[in-house]
Amino acid sequence: MNVLEFLLSALAIGVTFLYGSTGEIITEKAGHLNLGIPGIMGIGAACGCAVLNAMMPLNADAAPFLPPWLIVVLALLATLAGGAIMGLLYSFLAVTLRSNQNVTGLAMTIFGTGLTKFIFASLEKDGVTYVRAKYYFRFPFNNTTSALQYCGVMVFLGIAIAIISSVILTRTKVGLHLRAVGESPATADAAGINVTRYKYIATIIGSAIAGLGGLFYIMDYAGSNEAYLTIEALGWLSVALVIFSLWRPYLSIIGSFIFGTLFIVGAYLPTLFGLKIDVATSNLVKTLPYVVTIIVLVITSIRNRRENQPPASLGVSYFREDR
Amino acid sequence: MEQKEARNIPLALELKGITKTFGTIKANYNVDLELKHGEILALLGENGSGKTTLMNMVAGIYYPDEGQIFVDGEEVVIRSPKDAFDHKIGMIHQHFKLVDLFSAAENVVLGVKDGKKFNISEVNERVQKIADRYGFIIDPKEKVHEMSVSQKQTVEILKVLYRGADILILDEPTAVLTPQETAKLFAVLRKMKEDGKSIIIITHKLHEVLSISDRVAVLRKGEYIGTVNTSESTESSLTEMMVGKKITLNIDRSEPHDVVERLSVSGLSGLNAEGLKVLDNVSFTAYGGEILGIAGIAGSGQRELLEAIAGIYSPESGEILYNDPKGGAQVNLRKKTPLQIRELGVRLSFVPEDRLGMGLVGSMDITDNIMLRSYRSGFVLLNRSDPKKLAEEIVNDLEVATPHLNTPVRRLSGGNVQKVLVGREIASAPSLLMAAYPVRGLDINSSYAIYNLLNEQKERGVAVILVGEDLDVLLALCDRILVINSGRVTGILDGRTATKEEVGFLMTKSDRVENTDPEGGAA
Repeated sequence: MNVLEFLLSALAIGVTFLYGSTGEIITEKAGHLNLGIPGIMGIGAACGCAVLNAMMPLNADAAPFLPPWLIVVLALLATLAGGAIMGLLYSFLAVTLRSNQNVTGLAMTIFGTGLTKFIFASLEKDGVTYVRAKYYFRFPFNNTTSALQYCGVMVFLGIAIAIISSVILTRTKVGLHLRAVGESPATADAAGINVTRYKYIATIIGSAIAGLGGLFYIMDYAGSNEAYLTIEALGWLSVALVIFSLWRPYLSIIGSFIFGTLFIVGAYLPTLFGLKIDVATSNLVKTLPYVVTIIVLVITSIRNRRENQPPASLGVSYFREDR
Repeated sequence: MEQKEARNIPLALELKGITKTFGTIKANYNVDLELKHGEILALLGENGSGKTTLMNMVAGIYYPDEGQIFVDGEEVVIRSPKDAFDHKIGMIHQHFKLVDLFSAAENVVLGVKDGKKFNISEVNERVQKIADRYGFIIDPKEKVHEMSVSQKQTVEILKVLYRGADILILDEPTAVLTPQETAKLFAVLRKMKEDGKSIIIITHKLHEVLSISDRVAVLRKGEYIGTVNTSESTESSLTEMMVGKKITLNIDRSEPHDVVERLSVSGLSGLNAEGLKVLDNVSFTAYGGEILGIAGIAGSGQRELLEAIAGIYSPESGEILYNDPKGGAQVNLRKKTPLQIRELGVRLSFVPEDRLGMGLVGSMDITDNIMLRSYRSGFVLLNRSDPKKLAEEIVNDLEVATPHLNTPVRRLSGGNVQKVLVGREIASAPSLLMAAYPVRGLDINSSYAIYNLLNEQKERGVAVILVGEDLDVLLALCDRILVINSGRVTGILDGRTATKEEVGFLMTKSDRVENTDPEGGAA
C-alpha cells in the first residue's frame, strides 16, 4: 500500500512540474527563455486563491454562494489570467523592447515571488476556508483518504494539456510555424509568418499554463494556502524539466513523474525501505532531479543530435534586417 | 520559343528607370530591364554593381526610390516578399533561409496559406511531384541540416515553385556549387524554361552566362549598360561591358625602393566549412616597399588567404614564410595562432573586412579597442595611459569624427571606424600590413585618406597587401596585382601596365568550361 501511495504522490507532485514545463516548452519553442516561470507559477496560485478567498464563506459550516464546480472554474480562470498577464509583461519587455531574456525572466521571478508572498499574506481569511475548497479540486477523489486524493481533476487536465501541446507542436501548421519562429525567426519572417505575434501568443499561453501548476500545488497537492513559499523551488524544477524532457511535452509527462519520484523519495525512505535518514539528507535527496538533469545535459551534449538541442534561436532577440 | 515571342505578348517582367540609394551610395541608378516569357536572362556585373539590390526590389526586400515595375505588361507595386509571390515572382537568395531542423517539405510549406488542411504526407507528395517534374533529386522527408549545399538550394527553389512562381530569380546560384552540381542545376533550369518559366540568373561567371542564358543584361556601378543576345557575345565582349573604360584616379604612386622579400607563400591549399576548395595551390611573394593588390570576384579565396597568413584560418597544405626585416631569419607562419605569430616577433597587421566583427569591439571605446593590441603589457593593472595617448593621436592625425574618446566605436560612421582600425594597426609599426576592402562603404575623402596611409606605409618599407574590389583603384595604387579566381592565382600583373580588361578577364575566365557543357551530367 505504501508503494502505491508513494507512486501516486510522485505522480501528483510531478504534475506541478508538468504544468510549469509544458508552459515553458511552448514559450521556448518560440525562442524565448522565460526564467520567470517560478514567479509566474506563484502569481497563478495567488490569483486563483484570491478568487477562492472571495468565494468561500468565512464560516466553515455555511454553504458557499456558488456551486463547487463553478468555484473551481472561476479559480482556474483567475489563475490563467494571472499567468497570462505575467506572460504579456514578459513579452512586452523581451519581444517588443528586446530586453535581455535572462535578465527579464529573472526579474519576473523576483517580482512574481515577492508579489505572491504579498498577496497570500494579505488574504484575510484563515486556512480553514481553503480546506473545503481543496476538496473541490480533488474531484472525483474528494472522499478518499488515501494518496488517491491528490489525483484530482487537475492531474488529468495537466496531462491532457501536455498531450495536446505535443500534438499541436508536431502535427499542425501552427506548431510548424511556432517551431520555425524559435529555430530561425528570419526564415519564418521571410515566409510571411508574423514572428512577433507568435512570440507573444506562445509566451502568454505558456505562462498561463505554468500558472496552473502553482494553483494545483497549493489547492490540490499541498491543500494548504501556506505552501506558497515552496512554489519558487518547484518552478525552478519545472525549468530543469524542460531540459530533461528535451523540449518535448510528451516526454515531459514521463519526466515529471521521474522528477516527482526523486523529489519525494527522501520522505519515503524510512517507511518504504526502512532507511533512517536525517532532515539534511532528506533535503539533499531532493536535489536529485537537478543531478539527473545535469546527467541528461551531459549525455545529449556528447551525443550531439541536432533534434535534442534547444531551439536554435533560444534567448536571441529578433531584429528584422534593415538597411 | 519563337511563337512565344510573337507580337502583342507582353513581357514577363519589365523595369523602368529604377533608382535606389542607401545613404549617399547610389546602388541603382535609372535601371531598365526586360525579361521575356520563357527565357533565361543572365544579369551580369562586378561586385557592387547593384545586381542583387535590383533583384531584391523585384522580390520585395527593398522598395525602389524611383521607377516602375511591370509584370505581364501591368504596373505593380511590390512592398514585401508576399506581394512578389502574389505576382508569381520568387527569388532564391544567396544566403538560404531555411530551418535546419525541418524536413525539406516542412520548409517548403512554411508560411503557405493555401487553406488546405495540414497533412505532412500530402505535402511530401506534392513536393515530390514538383521535384520529379523538373528533375530535382530530393527526399522531401530529409532534414535540411543533413543536406549538402546543393540540396539546400534545391529546397529553396522548390519553395518558390511550390508557391507557384512563374518568374524565378536566382542570386549567384553557382557560387556554392561544384561543377557537377552546377551542370545539374542548369539542366533543371532548362527544363523550367521549357515549361514556360522566366528565369533571371545573377552571376559574374562568364562561361556560365554563355552556357545557360538566352540574353545577357549588364550592370556596372549601379547603372544599366545594355542587353545583348548571348549567341552574339563572347567572353571578351562581355568583360568589356562589365568593367567599362578605365577611369583615371588621382592617386599618387611612387616607384618602390629598397625592395626586399618579406613574405613568400607557396602551394597554399585549403577547404572551407562546406568542404569545398577555397584555396588551390596559391603561391606568391610580397615585398617590403611595395603594394601588392589582390583582385578577384568576392569569395574567390581572398578572405581565407589573408586569414591563413594572419593565423586565423588553417590551410590544408603549403608554406607561409616570413623574412624578419631585422635578423633576416625566416619563420613559417602556417598553423600558428595569432598569438604565436606575435610572439615570434612577426610584426604583422591585419585590417579584416569585417570591421566590427573581427577588427574592433563595437561596444568599447577607441582607447579600449587600441588596448586589444597591447593588453599584455603592464603589470597587474593595465597600462591605459599610453593607449589613450595613441587614441588621441589617431583621432587627431586621421581626423576621426567622434564626439568623445569614450564613445563606443559602433556609434561612429563606417569611415571613422575604419580609420580607427587602420590607425591602430599602423601604430604597431608593422613590417607586413594586410587590408581587406579598407575603403568599402567609405566616401571619397575617407577613401583617399586610407590610400595615403597605405602609401606612407609602403614608403616606410612595409609590405602592403591590399584586397580590393574597385579595379580602377587597384590599377592606380598597386605596384603589382595578383588575380585570384576560384581559389587559384590566375595571374600576377604589373600595376603600371595592366589594363582593366586583362584583370577582369583573369578574374572571370574559366578553365572549367568542359564541366558545364549542356550535355555533361544533365541526366
